[in-house]
Amino acid sequence: MAFRSHVLVCAGTGCVSCGSFDLGAALEREIASRGLADEIQVVRTGCQGFCAEGPVLVVQPDEVFYCGLKTSDVATLVEEHLLKGRPVRKLMYTPPSAPAPVPKLSQIPFFAKQKLVVLRNRGLVDPERIDDYIARDGYEALAKAVTELTPEEIIREIKLSGLRGRGGGGFPTGVKWATCRQAALHRGVEPVIVCNADEGDPGAFMDRSIIESDPHAVIEGMAIGARAIGARQGFVYIRHEYPIARERLAKALDQARDYGLLGRGILGTKFDFDISVVQGAGAFVCGESTALMASLEGKAGEPRAKYIHTVEYGYKNLPTNLNNVETWANVPLIISRGAAWFASMGSGDVSENPWNGSSGTKVFSLVGKVNNTGLIEVPMGITLREIIFGIGGGIPRGRAFKAVQTGGPSGGCLPATHLDMPVDFDSLTAAGSMMGSGGMIVMDDQTCMVDVARYFIAFLTEESCGKCIPCREGLRCSLDVLTRITEGKGEEGDIALLEEMGAVMQDACLCALGSSAPNPVMSTLRYFRDEYEAHVRERRCPAGVCKALITYTIDQALCDGCHACVTACSTGAITGQVKYPHQLNQSLCIKCGACLDACKRNAVLRA
Amino acid sequence: MPRLTIDDLKKLREQAAGTITLRSGAARARVTIHMGTCGIAAGAREVMAALLKEIEAQGVTDVIVTTSGCAGLCSREPMATVELRSQAPVKYVNLTPDGMVRVFRAHVLGGEVVTESALAAGCETTG
Repeated sequence: MAFRSHVLVCAGTGCVSCGSFDLGAALEREIASRGLADEIQVVRTGCQGFCAEGPVLVVQPDEVFYCGLKTSDVATLVEEHLLKGRPVRKLMYTPPSAPAPVPKLSQIPFFAKQKLVVLRNRGLVDPERIDDYIARDGYEALAKAVTELTPEEIIREIKLSGLRGRGGGGFPTGVKWATCRQAALHRGVEPVIVCNADEGDPGAFMDRSIIESDPHAVIEGMAIGARAIGARQGFVYIRHEYPIARERLAKALDQARDYGLLGRGILGTKFDFDISVVQGAGAFVCGESTALMASLEGKAGEPRAKYIHTVEYGYKNLPTNLNNVETWANVPLIISRGAAWFASMGSGDVSENPWNGSSGTKVFSLVGKVNNTGLIEVPMGITLREIIFGIGGGIPRGRAFKAVQTGGPSGGCLPATHLDMPVDFDSLTAAGSMMGSGGMIVMDDQTCMVDVARYFIAFLTEESCGKCIPCREGLRCSLDVLTRITEGKGEEGDIALLEEMGAVMQDACLCALGSSAPNPVMSTLRYFRDEYEAHVRERRCPAGVCKALITYTIDQALCDGCHACVTACSTGAITGQVKYPHQLNQSLCIKCGACLDACKRNAVLRA
Repeated sequence: MPRLTIDDLKKLREQAAGTITLRSGAARARVTIHMGTCGIAAGAREVMAALLKEIEAQGVTDVIVTTSGCAGLCSREPMATVELRSQAPVKYVNLTPDGMVRVFRAHVLGGEVVTESALAAGCETTG
């Protein structure tokens, strides 16, 4: 049905902090009580760019802009403007005469297409001042959790929100919490909760940035989780390569303890909970749940088989609930705004079953061959194209998009045909990649997919703990084969061998590091098989990356002897007189490509 | 600091809300330097040091300088946000120490946005 008028209430950061949600609710009540609910619709919008005078709203189609509104203005506004059609001059904004010198943030696609939930405080609060966090409704959710809600109600809320693990596994958080709580009650022991901040994927820095910009969101989320699960002890397992995050987290924990938001008798209630920080020692595998818990106990960080789950027997054999940084940071807002609000974002319908969709938002670190690299938060279900070309601003120097790698070393590479695929847990898995913790590496047409697979397999070979044979030997052999192919020594049957080893590893490895390790090879074979075949059969690297397979030559007809390539060459492989065609000595050429970049006449050829 | 009760938390929130929105208090402006690892690696500490030195040299006392985390656009760090009272905040990108001083003199003291290093005005959309 058509509404005759829309009231667009700003729900940007600035306006929310000065009460735009209350204002919107008051408007809806007043509109309903005047019997206008069928005629006038209240809409919450993104930031309208005028945060200093918030809360602001626009009445459409009249285009009247109101600012600095209080809930006490609502009655006048509705009666005068919406009912009688007389705009209220005293609540209106008088624009300055000069035009705005710079565009609005909401006009810049990088910011406009993002939706900040986890990163709601980024760039706004001082992470080292707890008062800043409290000013933006921080610890309000914890207060609600310890006074108004029972543990069962908190778990129910998390279940209904559809929140799934942001570390990459996508397991429903509420279900995990419930299982851990049950296990502890059943055995009569106290459970433990852990925050996994051992972020190790190349090119991924979501967790680091969340802790650096808003550590209290993680602490509050954990405290709520502890209350729900029944834990009194929590750990943050953080990698030692994150000194700033660690420092800010430690400071935040001290401040929370000083305020009685951690420790004994939180907020004057009988709830006790505290968090210790444990530093990792640089092993990628310690991001895996059982290896992480072994490391927490002071043992070597090696995984174990998981026929017994860690939610039942984890750290020191206690029921242990492990969630990733981003998962914990989502919790406070779900509790303060409700499961329905969270479930309304994202894709699929999670109201019956969290496995039916991906609700909420996801933070990604957008890196690689993309114009705007950075940290982004988007609603689940957004397409890869919107992320890479909308937010990311496309590929630098007008080059063509080739693939995007999601999910870190255990993820996969998706080609251009998948650009319109929605980004959610299940779509990514179905396409042979995975959500992972949220690294997103964009690659252009100058990227060799065999070389990319070799890079990730080399990373995993170094990080494999060596406990189980399929992972230890499978990775080493895969790396040998891939190296052979990129060096132009690939043999017929190598591709089949890679696939066979991949299949065994997927089935037989002890932990997810190993069972997902073939993904970079399997996904590139699935979408870029022709590149592997070109390497093996034609001894050719189509992207011109694998040095053993390319040669540079100078086209004698095109070269005008400008000498630019001679200056660029660091090994003296190019010689020739100025104004006469130059020569390239193959035995000295290290195939760096500097001459190709230097030549303005396209006389340097790569084959 | 005393341990908070639920009521204390509410009171503290109301008090603190005033200070972060620049609505009350005597400050005319706030400059936020974005100090995530990305910002610091790109030179945010030097930018902040130059700003503090300039503020001291000018004897300005009613400008708040604060730090915050990554603003998201890591490729354009160091970034800073300048917010004058009753005006939308403006985000600056690719700042150098000299550039920061220019922004301080022109925008914070003079009220003129430095368009060549300003990215945009306004806040981000939150859910």
